[in-house]
Amino acid sequence: MEPRPKSFYALSAFFALFILFLYGPIITIGILSFQGPQGGLTFPMNGVSVHWFFDLFEQQAVGDIWGSFWRSFMLGLMVMVTTVIVSVAAGLAFRHRFAGSGALFYLTVASLVIPSILISLGVGLIFNQLGLPVYWATSGFGAQLTWTLPFGLLIMFAVFNRFDKSYEEAARDQGATAWQTFAHVVLPIIAPSLIGVALFGFTLSYDEFARTLLTAGSYNTLPLEIFGMTTNVTTPVIYALGTLTTMFSFLVIGVFFLIVGGISRRRAKAGSDAGDGLV
Amino acid sequence: MTAETEVLSDSHPAERTERAPRRMSRHVVGWLLASPLTVILAAFLILPIITIVVVSFWGATEFSIYPAFQFDNYEFLFSSPVTYTVFLNTFKYAAITWVCTLLIGFTVAYFLAFHIRSLNWQIALFLLCTIPFWTSNIIRMISWIPFLGRNGIGNTALINAGIIDEPLEWLLYSDFAVILAFVHLYTLFMVVPIFNSMMRIDRSLLEAARDNGASGWQTLWNVVIPLCKPGIMIGTIFVITLVMGDFITVRFMSGSQSANVGRLISNDIGLLQYPSAAATAVVLLCTVLLVIAILMRFVDIRKEL
Repeated sequence: MEPRPKSFYALSAFFALFILFLYGPIITIGILSFQGPQGGLTFPMNGVSVHWFFDLFEQQAVGDIWGSFWRSFMLGLMVMVTTVIVSVAAGLAFRHRFAGSGALFYLTVASLVIPSILISLGVGLIFNQLGLPVYWATSGFGAQLTWTLPFGLLIMFAVFNRFDKSYEEAARDQGATAWQTFAHVVLPIIAPSLIGVALFGFTLSYDEFARTLLTAGSYNTLPLEIFGMTTNVTTPVIYALGTLTTMFSFLVIGVFFLIVGGISRRRAKAGSDAGDGLV
Repeated sequence: MTAETEVLSDSHPAERTERAPRRMSRHVVGWLLASPLTVILAAFLILPIITIVVVSFWGATEFSIYPAFQFDNYEFLFSSPVTYTVFLNTFKYAAITWVCTLLIGFTVAYFLAFHIRSLNWQIALFLLCTIPFWTSNIIRMISWIPFLGRNGIGNTALINAGIIDEPLEWLLYSDFAVILAFVHLYTLFMVVPIFNSMMRIDRSLLEAARDNGASGWQTLWNVVIPLCKPGIMIGTIFVITLVMGDFITVRFMSGSQSANVGRLISNDIGLLQYPSAAATAVVLLCTVLLVIAILMRFVDIRKEL
């Protein structure tokens, strides 16, 4: 291999600084959440304790953290399942190049770039005028889909643009119906990408703030609850909560990666051995 | 071929039901499959925007809003000097954030695409850059407090290094903090599309440039950057629209001392002045769409996926 140019080392240092910039703050609050009971919002550490994590479990201290966590978790699952199903269907639809597909595509992109507060305000106003109560699982759910579906569809576009159509043709030639072709050929091939869509669906919903602000109603989701805390909580308990939810996010991301890794390993093992004996 | 299928389906009724969907027009099949997406977007994107446009002509009392067709909200909006200051401020945030995210994002993507030689390392480092995207923005903002506070890590380090004598007051709750947070949150939206563009560049083009005597900078300027333009444009659209539509980062990081259009809207919402909020939202929407329309002239998104 040819030797590394000088620029490599400069760029490596830049990249390392960028990673530090990305992760430094969150690691810092991770450390600070272990402040002693008398500790403040910044260094120095005033002893080490898990005092602030215990505080989280006391209802009066911080409000309804666990209720809002469960709402966010359930909402995340609802949005995840819906995003996967609707994105796959729409991804398949766009392969048919139907009349008006261009307009629908631009509408989806518009959904991505329209300021979140407009969705929040608009959905809130509709429910208001119809005399319906805003509620996280109805208005909040719909508002979040306008953020997750475009990501899902863009991923499906990327997947189907690289999809080898000859697999489907082969299946059809052997007499498979459209549904059989989808269920036994297309779906298994695109499965890892669907895990990716699911990851986007769940995490984007779990962390969504602006679109849920006016559409969640009287029961807050977790990001709304955390934002409420920033205005009236001035102790490291907010760092403890930040650390816990970030750990939860990392856990979710890790699980998704493990699933994808598991699928591809199983595939490599079960893959064809054609040509192996030849060399 | 078609004739053969016809004959077959005529002789086997079961086969006909199986084959029937294939003769359905691709338009019908397409719209059927796309119908869930269409319904959701109609209900939660188009309808809300229509509602906002309608309500922007309504009137409001202190407690309620009533249907009307009046231009009062717009007249008030365009006659107030605050509007222009706030819009200017919004553009300022968008422009500065754009420059910072572009420079950082391009450099990071360049390093990943051209200096990392093994694909596995490329994927690993790329994921390292994207993981924060899947965590909470609010917590990522909160996590700057220990750095930027009056007695925070930033000030302490600068004083210990002897660079300053007194703590800097403008680190937290300032425009600096707002832009820092924007760059922290949104650089990723530059890295991903630019990296995607770079990975598609045929490496032999770079060799050709070098063989013809181009220096590293010349290759970068005349080969790499022009080929990355679509990625840069997509990243730009993301960053500009996210910053222009934001209201929470500005409120939190400026300690409610600075304003942008999003905050103007959310303040009106807080006061239950929905028609006025809706009018501001309509103007914001038009501004954002105008900016995107200009940027879209430079790129065909569907080709880039």
